[in-house]
Amino acid sequence: MENKVLMKGNEAIAEAAIRAGCRHYFGYPITPQTELAAYMAKRMPKIGGTFLQAESEIAAINMVYGVAATGRRVMTSSSSPGVSLKQEGISYIAGSDLPCLIVNVERGGPGLGGIQPSQSDYFQATKGGGHGDYHLIVLAPSSVQEMADMTSLAFDLAEKYRMPAMLLADGTVGQMMEPVVLPEEKNVEFTEKDWAVTGTKCARPHHIVNSLYLVPEELEQKNFERFERYAKIEETEARYESFMMDDAEYCIVAFGIAARVSKNAVLAARAEGIRVGLIRPITLWPFPKKALKDASEKVKGFLSVELSMGQMIEDVRLSIGCSKPVELVNRAGGMIMSPEEVVAGIRKLKEGEAK
Amino acid sequence: MTTEILIAGFGGQGILFAGKFLANMGMLEGRYLSWLPSYGPEMRGGTANCSVVLSDAPIGSPIVNRPDVLVAMNLPSLDKYEDSVVPGGTIFVDSTLIDRKVKRTDVRVFYVPATGTANEQGIAKLANMIIVGKMMKECDFLPYSGIENAVRTVVGAKHADLFDVNMKAIDLGYNFES
Repeated sequence: MENKVLMKGNEAIAEAAIRAGCRHYFGYPITPQTELAAYMAKRMPKIGGTFLQAESEIAAINMVYGVAATGRRVMTSSSSPGVSLKQEGISYIAGSDLPCLIVNVERGGPGLGGIQPSQSDYFQATKGGGHGDYHLIVLAPSSVQEMADMTSLAFDLAEKYRMPAMLLADGTVGQMMEPVVLPEEKNVEFTEKDWAVTGTKCARPHHIVNSLYLVPEELEQKNFERFERYAKIEETEARYESFMMDDAEYCIVAFGIAARVSKNAVLAARAEGIRVGLIRPITLWPFPKKALKDASEKVKGFLSVELSMGQMIEDVRLSIGCSKPVELVNRAGGMIMSPEEVVAGIRKLKEGEAK
Repeated sequence: MTTEILIAGFGGQGILFAGKFLANMGMLEGRYLSWLPSYGPEMRGGTANCSVVLSDAPIGSPIVNRPDVLVAMNLPSLDKYEDSVVPGGTIFVDSTLIDRKVKRTDVRVFYVPATGTANEQGIAKLANMIIVGKMMKECDFLPYSGIENAVRTVVGAKHADLFDVNMKAIDLGYNFES
């Protein structure tokens, strides 16, 4: 209890990143993630770190690329329109097999959109986003505690697999305050990596960071190797939370703030006698396919609850091979569904299935 | 038990601060809690609101759609949220700024001339905490004994000089007889 502090989700990411050994932050202000950058601006100079407000999101992500090449922990953060601007740099970082953390505190889109919470960057985050064949490890926090915990985890996974990781949050989780137990300060001592560009001191061959391969055979080989790594990640790193699924006849799938609303809906529907549970993907890539496949053998139908026009629903259908009905409850543009809207969706799913 | 509180008014009335006070108090009492502000452009001179959920169990949605307790610090807020209060819920009205009565008959209502009292007492801008004081008296979701610590925490070491005026405002609200 005494270790708990009351913090905004955005601030919890910033403090957790520092405690995870991140000493380099590059960004450009945008609502609703600005508290993150503001926190970094305040803290980094005091601990010998770097906070730099770049001239643009594009500049910021390329600064991240530079530091990532040295093997140091580095991050940037933005919100939807800003993350679109970063896509070129993210593709280069993925193509150069470098670790870093990108935080997207989503707002409604497309275009400049609005500033209210949204989950409509799901496709962008999980299906590539930039050009070329690549993935990001995508984590979806649904509480302030998870904003902190997943920041540490994202840095670790990014480094382990030498690829960028993304926290896909939304304006609600970024702006809300909850008590949080901050992770322990990690030993930030730098360990030399056999790929990092740190100066040879004429004592070793050059390490080369590059995403340009003009010989197609070589580039194909690079892609093959990268996807072997991705296959291993899909096998071992999928994470999810299962809520009241033991006796469930219907399964809600929702992440982030939509999962929080859905938990209320699960309890309300159960009070009506409908046995419903929730599977909350914690990693959006890799998507917890197996958990959904297993659930599909027990439940009668699925309900994808999303703050978008329906993006994750495609992965739900793919995961279960379209073996059961999958319906959608959604709001868009910065609106959030009420638990009642989700319960209505469950009732509809139940009635449809009875026909 | 879960209590869902919605505090609403103009930007600048200390809506978010009142919510932070309840959140800090909840944390000091070891409760589960969430605090969610409105963060739109309407904050600048328009309407602001803040959702606080206090519970004995982990909290699902932090968004308050059906408040158990509504604090309305201006007329647009009362107009907008009056119907959303759960039957048997409680509404606190700043009666200096809102000249109409609550239409609902299935809720408890307390009219507190908070803004007027704050101005008279020389603690303008603390109407929010006068209403909070009344809430501490009429609702039992947080114990009175926790108030001092919560005020100390929420004003922070940097603004410790504001402890006394905040306590004064809470006392005025707590002892107000409607």
